[in-house]
Amino acid sequence: MEISDSSSRILAGLLEARTGQQLTMNRRWRLETALSSLMRERRIASIDELITILVMGKEPSLAGRVVEALLNNETYFFRDRAPFDLIARAALPQLQQRHASSKRIKIWSAGCSTGQEVYSLAMLFAEEPLKWAGWTIDILGTDVSDAVVGRARSGTYSQFEVQRGLGIAQMIKWFEETPDGWRAVEGLRKTVRFQVHNLLEAPPHPGDFDIVLCRNVLLYLNAETREKAFERLASAMAPGGWLMLGAGETVIGQTRKLTADKDARGLYVLTSNAEQADRRVA
Amino acid sequence: MKTCLIVDDSKVIRKVARHILETLEFSVEEAGDGKEALERCEHAMPDVVLLDWNMPVMSGMEFLKLLRQRGHSDQPKVVFCTTENDMAHIRAALEAGADEYVMKPFDRETLHIKLQLVGVA
Repeated sequence: MEISDSSSRILAGLLEARTGQQLTMNRRWRLETALSSLMRERRIASIDELITILVMGKEPSLAGRVVEALLNNETYFFRDRAPFDLIARAALPQLQQRHASSKRIKIWSAGCSTGQEVYSLAMLFAEEPLKWAGWTIDILGTDVSDAVVGRARSGTYSQFEVQRGLGIAQMIKWFEETPDGWRAVEGLRKTVRFQVHNLLEAPPHPGDFDIVLCRNVLLYLNAETREKAFERLASAMAPGGWLMLGAGETVIGQTRKLTADKDARGLYVLTSNAEQADRRVA
Repeated sequence: MKTCLIVDDSKVIRKVARHILETLEFSVEEAGDGKEALERCEHAMPDVVLLDWNMPVMSGMEFLKLLRQRGHSDQPKVVFCTTENDMAHIRAALEAGADEYVMKPFDRETLHIKLQLVGVA
């Protein structure tokens, strides 16, 4: 099915208006695949018919469903592995010392899609029960899509999804078979929470998060919107907190609020904190 | 270059797995059942075996038990790759000495990570 330029532009405009994300050329060729399930469900015969319904505002709920279908929700457990090793090796020991009295750590996974990153983080702590006994580990996952947040909250994954990234021993330890698929065990689910949130809006708990992860999300934003998103992420970070981005993403040339952590390559800290640390060393 | 022995009675699965493994820079051998796989292991031990469960002549589970009984407790790494996708089968495979378990269908990323987890990729 040929998708006209004008239809592509309307869909791109809708996505950008709702989420700030751009429909880049390499995503445009997947438009038909992305929308086919929704079009079948609504008995819509063509993209042009879909556009007509959207433009005329005949079905207000349809625009939201279209946006959800266009989002790239690709994710898997312990994606890229190394970032999770870095958090365990570089960040958690420092946080354990820093919060020894409050015994509380807060982590935000921004753009968490169906939740695999959040449950992976939860497993980092759950695998070491003695070390974290008595601690409150608050892991929040947010995403702009109501549908994926619902899935993340259920903690239920298909057979295909559950084994992507998880070793088999980990999988059978933290997931149980259910009629709907593989569900994270209650002990894991109760350590995480999810909510719908747009990255371009004020963060859920400003200045409160010890670690913020926003991986493979900002690459879909244009430069101006990305700078705003970086400001939002920075404002969510606690003093001394870290930001982690996706492989190939960086803060360099994107924002002045954040700077690379000299001691932990791959993590970013608030520039104001880094400058204070430099002054102390000097 | 690491070597992988694909043990599956389905030519199609062997072809798909071979393609994925070759893109991951493995040298690939094939066997159509457990008995043939044992013979190949006796001749030249691979680094990893990608093992189906249900096969004629000798099943994957019989192959694994015999392999481990013969003193090969740690090598080669064995990754079950099967449609037997329930907890009971998974536990039985691990108890028999499997190192990892892939449930069909799978994709390249899933297999690659499993091979990384057993230390051969």
